[in-house]
Amino acid sequence: MTPHALDALLRVDRPAFRLDLALTAAPGEVIALLGPNGAGKSTALRALAGLLPLTTGHLRLDGTTLEDPAAGLHTPAENRPVGVVFQDYLLFPHLSALDNVAFGLRCRGLGRKPSRAEALPWLERMGLADHAHTKPGALSGGQAQRVALARALAVRPRLLLLDEPLAALDARTRLDVRAQLRRHLAEFEAVAVLVTHDPLDAMVLADRLVVIEDGQQVQSGTPAEIARHPRTDYIARLVGLNLYQGLADGLTVTLSDGPSLATTDGLTGPVFVAFPPSAVTLHRSRPDSSARNVWELKVSGLDLHGDQVRVDLTGELPLAADLTPAAAADLDLAPGSTVWATVKAAQTHAYPA
Amino acid sequence: MTQPQPPAGPAPTALRLRGRARRRAQRVPYALLLPALLGLTFLVLPLAGLLIRAPWSTLSQQLSSSQVWDALRLSLVCATAATGLSLLLGVPLAWLLARTEFPGRRIVRALVTLPLVLPPVVGGVALLLVLGRNGIVGRWLDAAFGITLPFHTSGVVIAEAFVAMPFLVISVEGALRAADPRYEEAAATLGASRLTAFRRVTLPLIAPGIGAGAVLAWARALGEFGATITFAGNFPGQTQTMPLAVYLAMETDPEAAIALSLVLLAVSVAVLAGLRERWMSAP
Repeated sequence: MTPHALDALLRVDRPAFRLDLALTAAPGEVIALLGPNGAGKSTALRALAGLLPLTTGHLRLDGTTLEDPAAGLHTPAENRPVGVVFQDYLLFPHLSALDNVAFGLRCRGLGRKPSRAEALPWLERMGLADHAHTKPGALSGGQAQRVALARALAVRPRLLLLDEPLAALDARTRLDVRAQLRRHLAEFEAVAVLVTHDPLDAMVLADRLVVIEDGQQVQSGTPAEIARHPRTDYIARLVGLNLYQGLADGLTVTLSDGPSLATTDGLTGPVFVAFPPSAVTLHRSRPDSSARNVWELKVSGLDLHGDQVRVDLTGELPLAADLTPAAAADLDLAPGSTVWATVKAAQTHAYPA
Repeated sequence: MTQPQPPAGPAPTALRLRGRARRRAQRVPYALLLPALLGLTFLVLPLAGLLIRAPWSTLSQQLSSSQVWDALRLSLVCATAATGLSLLLGVPLAWLLARTEFPGRRIVRALVTLPLVLPPVVGGVALLLVLGRNGIVGRWLDAAFGITLPFHTSGVVIAEAFVAMPFLVISVEGALRAADPRYEEAAATLGASRLTAFRRVTLPLIAPGIGAGAVLAWARALGEFGATITFAGNFPGQTQTMPLAVYLAMETDPEAAIALSLVLLAVSVAVLAGLRERWMSAP
């Protein structure tokens, strides 16, 4: 295996919070740090950028050690070959788009003219040559995002960090910018790490996802792996699956808190069982179908989710079910009403824990 | 005590829409309006008195003396120099207070603002004790460099800067605290040292705050009296600034004092009008 371009062990101790995250990446790889708010994603990003010192651990980039608290080594942010696209971009409001992009080059000792000459092609690549002399205040959100990306890329970083790169955009712009960002990240030859709480952004943009909760990695893998085999409730909710943990004995999985589930994957030992909300069928009275997974549950919430109604159910087996609005109306569902839920064994998926 | 009036019944819709702005203005309670008007009168009346009692017929004659223009020139030069000195030292000091953590920072901040509340005469005495010919630092300055600050034009600048700089520091520190420090972080990730980030990012961002602080400091320096007369004395052409000239003229020739005051008033109004658009309206 090729040596890691990025080799980091990020440990940051804060009052009431601890980040402990190992990150490695090959050149050209795009990694997404995915996690709920407060999971430590931004802390990890700031530590990589050198804006927050590590308590212990290390950070090596292309074989060069940038930080090693044990050896008393901390390379300050301005001396790291790292580019950052901040969540709200932080474009310097008093400089034109071109001068924003040229800023890093000027800091590296280039004169005003050469730095502008070198910055312009970056704006051209982003399709913003016409806006070179526009101040950030007059740029749209999508344009500002691209200027921020150009500014970070212009210094040719060996590690590109993106903090919630699409969070500040409205839904419409987001689609376009996501596609463009994907193209630019694919062209980028060094390591890119992006932080997001949006699973779709993560799955579209990244080669590999690292899911963190409470400052620690809980799962890592390709987007497809994670979507198929979530290992925590958080990811299961993100990818829209009902997820349970239990002990399998052949085709039956006994969950840790009582009920059992019938599956078609013959396994033994600790397993996860997952099924999508669309696999759940709801009935007003106890059904006499062949389904072996039948539970009497209470409706705790109804929510319009795309063109489906998402029904949250509590009881023996808390789960989410998706129905068409017509079906929901037929069943006369309201919070507090009792329904019977069935799931066919063939629509569940069990995998070793 | 009177009963509170019940609110007026609903007006017809058309009238209500048309009269909304006016009704808002009418709703100002007298308990606030009266003191407000009294306050306004209190601030404006003395200035009006200055204009009413001004010796308009002999004004040109009063102002033709070279001593007036010497004092005005000295005032403007010294206030500007004191503002320059305050900018040079005060902006970095404000940055230190706003952007760094060091033990005793709160005490340092309190010390910086002390000249704001200190009677200027006391400031002048303190300056004499330190920078006077026999002062702690002044003796050494005199012996080593032959520099004597008190009773010299440079002493006026020192006294004015001592009194005016806190205004600038407070104003710039406020602007720095309001400015997002993450811009400096963004600059750092682009390879800017802290000094470069300060020069190329922070300074332009807080320029309105610096401008407002400089205007405040300049105005304070222009009006400085106590510390100046104590530390720098009252030598016409050398340390006699406009306020000192006005005060002295008051004893001998009140009409000349009024004329001088009018000049100061005109300068103040001109400065305020010239800078208001650029600095004072900045958010």
